[in-house]
Parts: sequence; structure tokens; C-alpha cells
Amino acid sequence: MTDLPRASDLGLIGCHVCRLVCRDVKGDNAVCPRCGSVLHKRKSSSYTRTWALLIAAFMFYVPANVLPIMRTVSLGDVDDNTILSGIIELWVKGSPDLAIIVFTASIMVPVLKFFALSLLLISSQRGSKWAQRQRSKLYRLVEFIGYWSMLDVFVVALLTALVQFGFFSQVEPLPGVVFFGLTVVITMIASMTFDPRLIWDGRDFDD
Amino acid sequence: MTMPPQGIKPAIAPPTLWICEHCDTVYRRRKLARGEVARCARCDAILARHHSLNVNGMLALVITAMIAFVQANIWPIVTLGLNGQLISATLWGCITMMWQEHSQVVAVIAALTLFFFPILKMSLLFWVLLFARQRRRAPGFRAVMVLLYRIGPWTMSEVFVLGALVAIVKAHMYFDVLPNPGIFAYGVLMLIITAFSSIDVRRLWDLTEETPA
Ligand SMILES: [Zn+2]
Repeated sequence: MTDLPRASDLGLIGCHVCRLVCRDVKGDNAVCPRCGSVLHKRKSSSYTRTWALLIAAFMFYVPANVLPIMRTVSLGDVDDNTILSGIIELWVKGSPDLAIIVFTASIMVPVLKFFALSLLLISSQRGSKWAQRQRSKLYRLVEFIGYWSMLDVFVVALLTALVQFGFFSQVEPLPGVVFFGLTVVITMIASMTFDPRLIWDGRDFDD
Repeated sequence: MTMPPQGIKPAIAPPTLWICEHCDTVYRRRKLARGEVARCARCDAILARHHSLNVNGMLALVITAMIAFVQANIWPIVTLGLNGQLISATLWGCITMMWQEHSQVVAVIAALTLFFFPILKMSLLFWVLLFARQRRRAPGFRAVMVLLYRIGPWTMSEVFVLGALVAIVKAHMYFDVLPNPGIFAYGVLMLIITAFSSIDVRRLWDLTEETPA
């Protein structure tokens, strides 16, 4: 398996926008002759940027879970829901299957993404050869499941609108949902900034 | 988005190679049998798939998606029964409501990922596919293809379907809620998106030829 040739060894570079294979040139300012995108041997300062985004996302994730995301007022009963209490409510009031879906999308997926991206960053920075194939698969999983975390944001948006004319019942979005939406967007950018080829690079590349 | 290319243009390697985007391994291209998927031996990422849909098929799929999208946005998603009064909500109703309820950030995210990006994506695809039928590159082909690549991950209609489902169940705790045709149109849209997701539109670069300007 180690004898498979890699583009960086053969002096080739692939355009990630149009997939054209070009001959590598020295310097950083090469552009794809077909689509005009900048050609990167590796995404530029991938480690630094991904770490920064990941930390920023985590800083938003804390208030996203602590602050309530939605207020329901029903017959004078004010009820502020956090993401977790909303899931519990959904579980108790008869939709355990949907509760599991929301739990997966809003709690498990973001936490998994934090762990997975940190793991990928640390192991690749150390040039680790451990479980490279599995780590590649993990990265693709992170990329694929990323945006499903938007689920709860859309739920709040819809519920708010559903009761727009409700005279005695009301649903109001609270700041937690803003933090949560930002967490999802920033983690998506973080996973795009990470260059999965670094998993296979060993210690040859710093960035 | 239409920056004039600056910098060195490297020579094009013979078009007989695939480079795995996930681990940089180089392969010789080969013809794929029907339904076959070529995977990277090193990292198991998908290198290429057999194209089961030709350009006409893709165009038909995009047009169907556009029709479903229009219906999903015109028809209300759900109707709410409240003291004998019926209230319906459309997607735009939800977005403007979020805006007025001081959640402008969420309103903007929802408007972009559920409305503007999907519309942009479908129109751009329609545009390039229309010309690709004669193996030609549409005017602005290069900019359009780059833009399509960039907005790819930011269209979230399929997540919205699941969100709507959860919202309906949650609202059911307080009121009578009925799903409306809009949500079924979204369901159809979700199916089309899934069908489309296996197609790498970047193959249009190889299918079309540069038209001399
Ligand atoms: Zn690979």
C-alpha cells in the first residue's frame, strides 16, 4: 500500500475546484489553467486556521447549550427551553424517536465534531501513522454530518412562525439559538479548512 | 467571483490521471462499468463513479427540483388550528418572523441556506447544463462552475424537512397542527437532492469543450 504514488512526489498537483491534473510549479502563486482557481499543494496554514475556528466554535457552543433557545408562553405559563430541556420535553411528551434524532443532531454531532477534528489535528501534526485509513474516514464523516446540526435552528424558526398570530400562546426565539447557529456554521468552516491530505503526509509538511 | 487569473499557469498533465482529493494518491484513469464506483486504495475515498445520468437526465432532474422548490415555497408548510382559527406558515413567513423577533442572525442563516443558495445552485446548474447538451460551455462557465463548487455545502433544504417534522410534533403538544402540501413538496425536493448528490458536476469540465471567444 505504501508504494502507491502520491501527487506531491510525482510533481503533480490537482485542482480541487475542477479536478484538472497539472504539473507542479515552484512558488505559491500558481493558478489552474482551466478554471482559474488558486492551486494549493495543501490548504494554506490548515492547522492554525482549523484550530482557531474550532476554538471559536467551542466558545459559541457553551452559551448555545446554557442559554435558552426558545420561550413558549402558554396560558400565562412561561417556559424557557434550552436545547437539552427541549429534547427531554420531546421525549416525555410522546416522541422518543424524534427526541433521539434531535439529540443526535444537536448534542452528539457537534460534540463528536469537536473530538474528531481535535483528534485529526493533533495526530496529523505529530505526523502519526496510526489508523490513517480510519482517520480519513472519520474526516469524511465529519464533513458529511456537519450541516445536519442545523436541525434545531430550523425547528425554532418554524415554531416561532407557527404561532405568529397566536393570541394566547406564543413562541419566541432566545439568544441560545443564535449561538447554536453560529457554532454549526463555524464548525462547518473548520472542517473545510482542514486538509485531509495532511493525515498521510507524515512530517514532510508543516502546513 | 470572476477574478482574472493571476500568477503562473502550470502545464497540464496528460488527462489520463485521477488524483485522490483526500490523500493525494495518483491513479491511472479507467473506464467504469455500469454502477461501478472507483475507490482510493489508500484512503477509501470515492475517486469516480460511473455516470448513470447523461446531461439531459441531469437537466430534467434540475427542472424537477425547481418545480418542487417553487411549490415548497408557495404552499404553506403547516397549518395550525387555534380556537377554530386556521393559521398557515410558509418558509418566508418563518424567516420574516424570525427577523422581527430579533433573531436576525438566524433569519439570515435560514434565508441563505434554505432559499437563496438553493435557488442560485439550481439556476446555475440549469444554465450550464442547457449549453452542455451541445457539449458547449455556457457564457461565464468558469465563474459559474467555481461558484457552484463554493456554495455546494451551504444548501440545507434536506435538513429543513427533518426540522419541519420535529417542529410539527413539538407544536402538537400545544395546538392542532396539520402538515400542508408545502412539506410534501419539500419531501420530494429531498429525494431529488439525494439522487443528485451522487453526481459530481465537475465532470462537466470534461464533457464540454472550450468555445473560442
Ligand atoms: Zn485517497
